[in-house]
Amino acid sequence: MAANMAAIMPAPGNARLLLSGNEAVARAVWESGCKVAAAYPGTPSTEILEVVCTYPDVYAEWAVNEKVSMEVALGASMMGARAFCAMKHVGLNVASDCLMTMTLTGAAGGLVIAVADDVGMASSQNEQDSRFYARFAHLPMLEPADSQEAYEMTKFAFVLSERHQTPVFLRLTARICHVKGVVTVGEREAHTPAGYRKDAERWVMVPTHARRRIPMMFQRDAALRAEAEASPLNVIETGSDRRVGFVASGPAYMHVREAFPDAPVLKLGFSHPLPLDKVRALAAQVDRLVVAEEVEPIVENEIRAAGIDCHGKDVLPRLGELAPQVLKPAIDALLGGLPAPAAMPASAIQVFPRPPTLCASCPHMGIYYTLSQLKNIIVSGDIGCYTLGAGHPWNALDTTISMGAAVSVAHGMDKGRGPADANKKILSVIGDSTFLHMGMQGLLDATYNRSNFTLLLLDNGTVGMTGGQNTPANGRDIRGNPAPRIEFRKLIEALGVKPERIREVDPYQMPTLFKVIREETKIEEVSVIIAYRPCVLTEEFHPARSYRVIDDKCTGCGNCIDVGCPAIHVTRRDKVVKPSGKEVDLAFVMIDSLACTGCGMCLQPCAPDAIVPADSTCNVVPLMQK
Amino acid sequence: MTDSITNILVCGIGGQGVMTATEILAEAAIAEGHDAKKTEVAGMAQRGGVVTSHLRFGPKVLSPQIAPGTVHVLLGFEAAEALRWSHYLRPDGLALVNDARLVPPVVELGLFDYPDDPIGLMHARGVRTVSFDAARIARELGDLRLGNTVMLGAIADHLPFSPDVVLRSIEARFARKGEAVVDLNRRAFAAGRAAAARELEPA
Repeated sequence: MAANMAAIMPAPGNARLLLSGNEAVARAVWESGCKVAAAYPGTPSTEILEVVCTYPDVYAEWAVNEKVSMEVALGASMMGARAFCAMKHVGLNVASDCLMTMTLTGAAGGLVIAVADDVGMASSQNEQDSRFYARFAHLPMLEPADSQEAYEMTKFAFVLSERHQTPVFLRLTARICHVKGVVTVGEREAHTPAGYRKDAERWVMVPTHARRRIPMMFQRDAALRAEAEASPLNVIETGSDRRVGFVASGPAYMHVREAFPDAPVLKLGFSHPLPLDKVRALAAQVDRLVVAEEVEPIVENEIRAAGIDCHGKDVLPRLGELAPQVLKPAIDALLGGLPAPAAMPASAIQVFPRPPTLCASCPHMGIYYTLSQLKNIIVSGDIGCYTLGAGHPWNALDTTISMGAAVSVAHGMDKGRGPADANKKILSVIGDSTFLHMGMQGLLDATYNRSNFTLLLLDNGTVGMTGGQNTPANGRDIRGNPAPRIEFRKLIEALGVKPERIREVDPYQMPTLFKVIREETKIEEVSVIIAYRPCVLTEEFHPARSYRVIDDKCTGCGNCIDVGCPAIHVTRRDKVVKPSGKEVDLAFVMIDSLACTGCGMCLQPCAPDAIVPADSTCNVVPLMQK
Repeated sequence: MTDSITNILVCGIGGQGVMTATEILAEAAIAEGHDAKKTEVAGMAQRGGVVTSHLRFGPKVLSPQIAPGTVHVLLGFEAAEALRWSHYLRPDGLALVNDARLVPPVVELGLFDYPDDPIGLMHARGVRTVSFDAARIARELGDLRLGNTVMLGAIADHLPFSPDVVLRSIEARFARKGEAVVDLNRRAFAAGRAAAARELEPA
């Protein structure tokens, strides 16, 4: 990534670059003279701001959450500056409070919101379709189908925004964000903010003012609809095979073209407001109309509501991507054709699953190993690398819902518990960045309302799951420069947690962690355990010398495997029958010295002291690696 | 699907460099004047999960996704991963596989089995497969990280353009790191080409 970023920044106009959709958007944001860009990291949108911040002439920031990023962009737009914010689909839910009123004020300087849907859910908790928000908020939406279009539409979005004084949505999906394609880039055009104009009736959204703005929003709808009808971004591509005509946008358009090269297609680039006259024109040319859209039947329903007959989700899947191999058989079946048996590819061989794992020396392993050893607990989880604690071998998470929910859900569990759960200990697990994003409010609510649970704050000093972005927790800004660093102890105390109920523990020290969790869960009030260790993928992490297993000391108990480290491998399996008659499985292990980074967590549950430093010939086990 | 398009599938595990290797191949294709698209599903892949990278190039590429049964060359960075994706190959396709076995925690926990002989299973299915130990070759050259370039060497004679185009992409990548690094990569590239050629010979 880094090498490529360095190449995008200085590339001159007309250069042909291999860019992801995210990189193409970033280049266009810069070329458009955008002054302010803000985002909270979220797959698949993260790289947009990572590239924008490589341009020194754009102010770029990691905001603490998506609502904040949108409001930062709106404020900049009020000054007449071009402004941009980016977020993943679920981030738009967080920002929607701002969005639904911002549509009434509109934008002054060009204001573009990039929203990236995770179609197929590679890395998200749901598959919501952000195109609903364009309808909900009466805002125009552009949908690129590849990197070149992402670049061009981003530039157009700023122009459209200023022409109609409205925020503009740029809807991306993972198959745009993370696909690299050839892009011919242009030159930057400077843009000077027009200046703030005091206008209370526009910017102060009290009921009397908002009532006047709503009819203006309806007028804007009509103007945008007319522009969408005339837009070259919405084009009917004629075709020789008129048995079926497609209406398609985004990656689905490319898949349709791939699978049905001879079919007429209405390509929607300016997809909201929907250009219904163009849909009618296509419908008149073909035997049947099929809407190929990811993922909800939104355009399909609007077409039907306009009295135009069409197919869509009656023949196509309602979740996941509409790849050519998904489209082709579904449409062939609709046309009454038989699938060609000779063309059927070989079936997949069933191979073991390979779910994502925590890294060697990941501090989260110490937390989850410890939680897996505790009985009678409920653990409310959150979103980040530490969501992997729900998987093997720990199986240590009970819930994952939304950013910050670990805290408020734990509070609700405490208040909702009946006799069946009276003796259960409730825990909450949240990362540093997620806590700052939306966890703080839940904690304030919990202390104010006298709750009883123990919050584990897993502070690894970075936004880990999205690739290690900076946060107020590590005191570095988006460009890596020093920035004010939040002090968690002070913050948590200010949120109402008693100073003696705030504990700080090294997550590598599992016996201590175990003891502190036991102590804090016995006390019937809100307590917080701050567990700090840097993420192993950051510069803050310094690997220590690796460990090895002394073969003739390993008893095959498998305790170390339960820590969950990917550097531990089984060399031999066996079975023994205990005196009680119980059969026990044994697994003898080795440590991959290239993968081991020396955290020392695996040696803590090793009863026979069979794990020693790799360079050691003696059998003395140090208590803890420094 | 269009016949003028070449489909390359690179597979492996998060952290192995699958995406970077595919990007170097994409840059080579573009340097040859092709249109190209590269895509992967790698949401949480840097945490040791499955990674596949699709590369399509030709006069004009539409969908970035490769359909099962249409891959010309499968470049496997790990044996079981190559097996997992082998149904993506065309009947006349070629699999070039690093025979490394990277065993995940779910297998170590005893929840699943790692196949005894993934390469053998590919042969048994009639998949034209060439395997070699890229890690050993890299280690012999003095740096395990050269494994990636070894893999690129292996595929270089199975693309519709000269191996030199791939080598130039690699050289451009490492130019910043100095001539010594570039030279090591040249040697790794040559060793990868030789390894694949040696294994193909008897057939």
